[in-house]
Amino acid sequence: MQPNYSSRRILLPVKPWFILFTLAVALFLNLLPFGRAVALPDWVALVLAFWSVREPRFIGMTMAFVLGVLMDVAVGSVMGQHALAYLLLVYAASGLSRRILWFSLTQQALHILPLLLGTQLVMVVTRLASGADFPGFPYFLSSFVATLVWYPLTFILLLPQYQPTEKDENRPI
Amino acid sequence: MSVVGHQPPPFFNRGPAPLVRLAFFVTLALAFLVLDLRFHYLELARQGISLALFPLQRAAYTPVELFDQVSGHFVSQANLKFENAQLKRKELEGANWLMRQQHLELENQRLRQLLDMKERQKVPAVVAEILYAASDPFSRRVIVNKGTQHRVVAGQAVVDESGLIGQITRTYPLQSEATLITDKNQAVPVQVVRNGLRAVLFGIGGGQLELRFLAANADVVAGDLIVTSGLDAIYLPGLPVAKVTRVDRDATYTFARIFCEPAAGVEKHDQVLILGSRAALSQPSEEAKAQVEKIDTTNTSKSENMGKTGKGPQKEKVKTPNQGGAKDSKGNKEQKVKNAT
Repeated sequence: MQPNYSSRRILLPVKPWFILFTLAVALFLNLLPFGRAVALPDWVALVLAFWSVREPRFIGMTMAFVLGVLMDVAVGSVMGQHALAYLLLVYAASGLSRRILWFSLTQQALHILPLLLGTQLVMVVTRLASGADFPGFPYFLSSFVATLVWYPLTFILLLPQYQPTEKDENRPI
Repeated sequence: MSVVGHQPPPFFNRGPAPLVRLAFFVTLALAFLVLDLRFHYLELARQGISLALFPLQRAAYTPVELFDQVSGHFVSQANLKFENAQLKRKELEGANWLMRQQHLELENQRLRQLLDMKERQKVPAVVAEILYAASDPFSRRVIVNKGTQHRVVAGQAVVDESGLIGQITRTYPLQSEATLITDKNQAVPVQVVRNGLRAVLFGIGGGQLELRFLAANADVVAGDLIVTSGLDAIYLPGLPVAKVTRVDRDATYTFARIFCEPAAGVEKHDQVLILGSRAALSQPSEEAKAQVEKIDTTNTSKSENMGKTGKGPQKEKVKTPNQGGAKDSKGNKEQKVKNAT
């Protein structure tokens, strides 16, 4: 069970509604009122990055922008802050998609880490430019936690694609 | 690239290049940023989107609410007893003031009437509950459960039982956002109780406040109480805000660095009171202004022509005619304005 190009396993095609559903769930998780707790992963960024790597043709800039604006409103930050960060994330992730998918899951996670850190850096720069307070370095912990989550997340999000339509012991699907 | 006369098959058609799309959306995002930060044009869009997001937000809050209810159900009896005893004691302690307050307020009103001064405004208040802290790590804000439906408007002061905690900065239909006084961009006009020194209090993060722009030799010492001055026509005068914890007087700086800690439980989550907005102080009416000007001109002409005064309401001795005239007109003017307002 290695969900990358090197594996011999063939996955079922992804269902578009499932991508949208997971993004909605991610938004829901981000809205959970944990207040100012640090080190909680930005689920929307993580799931966006995941689908941009797996299905770069399905996740477009429009999706990133809309989700970013929704996050901006939900969190009460400046309009365009999350949108800008997510746009750059999706662009980088889908650009790197061909490369990342050749690696094992651990190495994939190491590719994702700088992308998520970059996303956070874009947000920090945006807010500092507008005169806000620097939240301190623990703010960046959330990217590291998100990197740790990459392995289980991949497993969960690919689960529907593992299921064969009809079971056959001699078939690799 | 298509060779002349040969279009690529439609299933290869993938729209504009990613970089082009990125450039377009980044421009849009930057435009949003500027519009929101500089011009605040996007508040209406924000209201709309937040209304659409509200069910999801509400759903996300439900588990927390459930947990609160369940855990609240199992609060031990000892705890309740202790709290009850404490509240009773507090009530007794406060009763002394409360009983006399009505009397004092009436007396104050009478005295103010005698002095022909404006009566102190009474403002209504709404009890609200802080739902949670906004998860935006760059600012210090909380979400309270009263919104435009409960006639909450941006600008109202938010207090708890021991002092000011912040100000409503954005309202949604069913909830609103209050910026705490510890936020970096939040400033409160205040004065020191001990000597009435006026200053502006800023948040500096980490739950701390700083009293800025006071001279290095300003008369402020650690332990001074700081209350709102009411000069801004937003906060009522006299709300406790903070207590001075440390004063650094460094001769290399023009201003003293004065650190304070908030009087209220700013970072705690509890019941709060949203005070109604103060009505702006009324301007003198046109008639009053005209009258004042008339008096002004007649007085100055009198003092110029006759070179003699002494008809003014002041009983002080007038030394030189010119000075007396000027004072006279000023005194009259002030009184007239007071009467008119």
